[in-house]
Amino acid sequence: MNFTLSDEQLMFAETARNLFADSCTPEHWRKMMEVGAAHDDARWAALAENGLTLVLLPEGAGGMGLAETDFAVIAQEAGYVALPEPLVESAGVAAPMLAALAPEHEALADPSATIAIAHPLNPFVANADTAAAILLHKDGEAYVATPEQVTLTAQPSIDPFRRLFTVDWNPSRATRLGVADWDLALDRAAVFNAAMGLGLAQRAVDLAVDYAKERQQFGKPIGSYQAVKHHLASAQVAIEFARPVVAAAAAQIGRRDGYSRARVSHAKIVGLEAAEKAAQASIQVHGAMGYSWEVDVHLFLKRTVALTQTWGTPRYHRERIAVRVFGQPMGPDQTFAHETSNRELQNA
Amino acid sequence: MDLTYTPEQQAFRAGVREWLAVHVPEAPLEHFDASRAGFEAHRDWERTLKSGNWGMVTWPGEFGGRGLDLIQWLIFEEEYYRAGAPGRVNQNGIFLLGPTLIEFGSEAQKERFLPPMAAGEEIWAQAWSEPQAGSDLAGVRATAVLDGQDYVLNGHKIWSSRAVFADWAFGLFRTPGTERHKGLSLVFFPLDAPGVTVNAIKKINGHVGFAEIFLEDVRVPAFNRLGDEGQGWHICMATAGFERGLMLRSPARYQVAAAKLAELWSTHKETADPALEADVVRAYMNADAYALNIYQTALRLMAGAKIGPEASTNKIFWSELDIHLTRTALAILGPLAELTQQAPAADPVDWIDDHIFALAGPIYAGSNEIQRNIIAERMLGLPR
Repeated sequence: MNFTLSDEQLMFAETARNLFADSCTPEHWRKMMEVGAAHDDARWAALAENGLTLVLLPEGAGGMGLAETDFAVIAQEAGYVALPEPLVESAGVAAPMLAALAPEHEALADPSATIAIAHPLNPFVANADTAAAILLHKDGEAYVATPEQVTLTAQPSIDPFRRLFTVDWNPSRATRLGVADWDLALDRAAVFNAAMGLGLAQRAVDLAVDYAKERQQFGKPIGSYQAVKHHLASAQVAIEFARPVVAAAAAQIGRRDGYSRARVSHAKIVGLEAAEKAAQASIQVHGAMGYSWEVDVHLFLKRTVALTQTWGTPRYHRERIAVRVFGQPMGPDQTFAHETSNRELQNA
Repeated sequence: MDLTYTPEQQAFRAGVREWLAVHVPEAPLEHFDASRAGFEAHRDWERTLKSGNWGMVTWPGEFGGRGLDLIQWLIFEEEYYRAGAPGRVNQNGIFLLGPTLIEFGSEAQKERFLPPMAAGEEIWAQAWSEPQAGSDLAGVRATAVLDGQDYVLNGHKIWSSRAVFADWAFGLFRTPGTERHKGLSLVFFPLDAPGVTVNAIKKINGHVGFAEIFLEDVRVPAFNRLGDEGQGWHICMATAGFERGLMLRSPARYQVAAAKLAELWSTHKETADPALEADVVRAYMNADAYALNIYQTALRLMAGAKIGPEASTNKIFWSELDIHLTRTALAILGPLAELTQQAPAADPVDWIDDHIFALAGPIYAGSNEIQRNIIAERMLGLPR
């Protein structure tokens, strides 16, 4: 058993962290908000040059052929900066699906192209207007189209960097790709959104900690008061106990059984609950400032709301966990169980 | 990342399971805090464990252990709880004093104290708290004064778990003339020594799980001091780290409880509030998250890391998950919730007693308020 990140994975995280720290600060997204932009071409190009869009693509499609655990560490860093661009949906979910169905597709040839996905679980498609290709669902099969081949209706999100659309389309104007693995797409999206949740959560706590060290009331920094400390400590507890669930879910996606699916859903719920708890604590600690447009916390809150309710609501994911709880063995020998565990134990 | 057990770990699990299947008593023992008889029945169980060399599995072999690594320890605990084996009356020795002695004790002290602890021959109580020093442990006032080759102990200890029936206690004492964290020493004393008076304190479930201890000119050899004079605070903080870290509460306990809760739900779901299903699922999630966190921590420690302030997050998490879990059980039981085990209609699991015990979780081993302060100050860097 080895439940730790490898040096290579830690290096990915560091590469992403450094890249985002330089290019994706609140000053960067505030400039984008002023002009109503949701995509920064220079940042996205840098991110593509560093290979972040190629992690999950198979080598046959020009990618690195790495695993979900490798991408999850990048998603966490994307959450920490509330990255505006659709790295997770495009490179983490849609591109690997397209590569599995059509490895030669031209949208895969350009590492800086984005791909959108209309998963049957989601009512809206994110970033469909700027995508080089949109993956569409009909009767379990996947189709692919360009934005010009479909009709997009904008559905503005409270998160200024999520451009949502409803899509009307006709199969005769799209390319049929055949039966696709929509469940795998969902599992990947759920885990990477959970990983982003960990990043959003930690950033919300860190912002509040910085503020609480500086802001004085009654002659002392507010961070010295126990009531303030306890809000942030509770949020940190939620983060610490979501983290290993997200890591295990990412590592086990490939098993594709009821146990691994339950853990993916568990990760989706607790990763974003940690973000919600942290954002709320952060706003509270900031006081009235926390309720202002000027302070950065609101973007982390809005992204949290968006990610919580997309790619399966908490109720949807809780029901997947219930299937595991009430249908499969529980107990202390089941932590790392999968569907052949009992036979393996007998053979040991 | 590889989340599968090795063939060696699987074989180890099978061996533990086999031994426990033969040796775990069929009928549950009376609780060790309920009566002298219950205490002695648990002492006998400690001897049985020792006979199979399963008493102190993480201790080095030379002191009566097996030298297991932390993953093997987790597997052992999983099988232990899975088998429904009795609670460990010597928990203070196994998880608190034992590791502390191994780290800070002299060779002579290890030889004197560890083997009888491992064999269940000497059961240990802890004597840290005082009426004026609970969460503020540095406020301890009991004194230890060196007189020739002996320490003379005086003072008043309270909330000492196991002290009513146990043989020995480890206590924190002040060297006169020094204040706060400096000048504290950790000293062992037999609970039947002249000058020691132990008064039982009943817990809210009626068990005599606590005691207050009065010490009047109690003489113990200087040999009974662990570490140097004045090092007591440092040693106690290391001990508290063991306690708050992974060893006080192995995840298996909550995984078994979550499984029983799911069974309870399945039995009562026709009559119970449908909204409670979400709480049952949550109990599973919490137990699972706790187990995953502990596995990850164990692997980190095995790779050379030290337990740090993040151990305080564990204590908050397990104590809160335990309350949530038992409260959910009471809600599912409805009018049956208040029944004692003597009631003919009672559920086989004593959920109300489990719930009452769970309520102590946020208090003992350092209150959760103290843990949150530690997280805020030492993990997040907020000012004191």
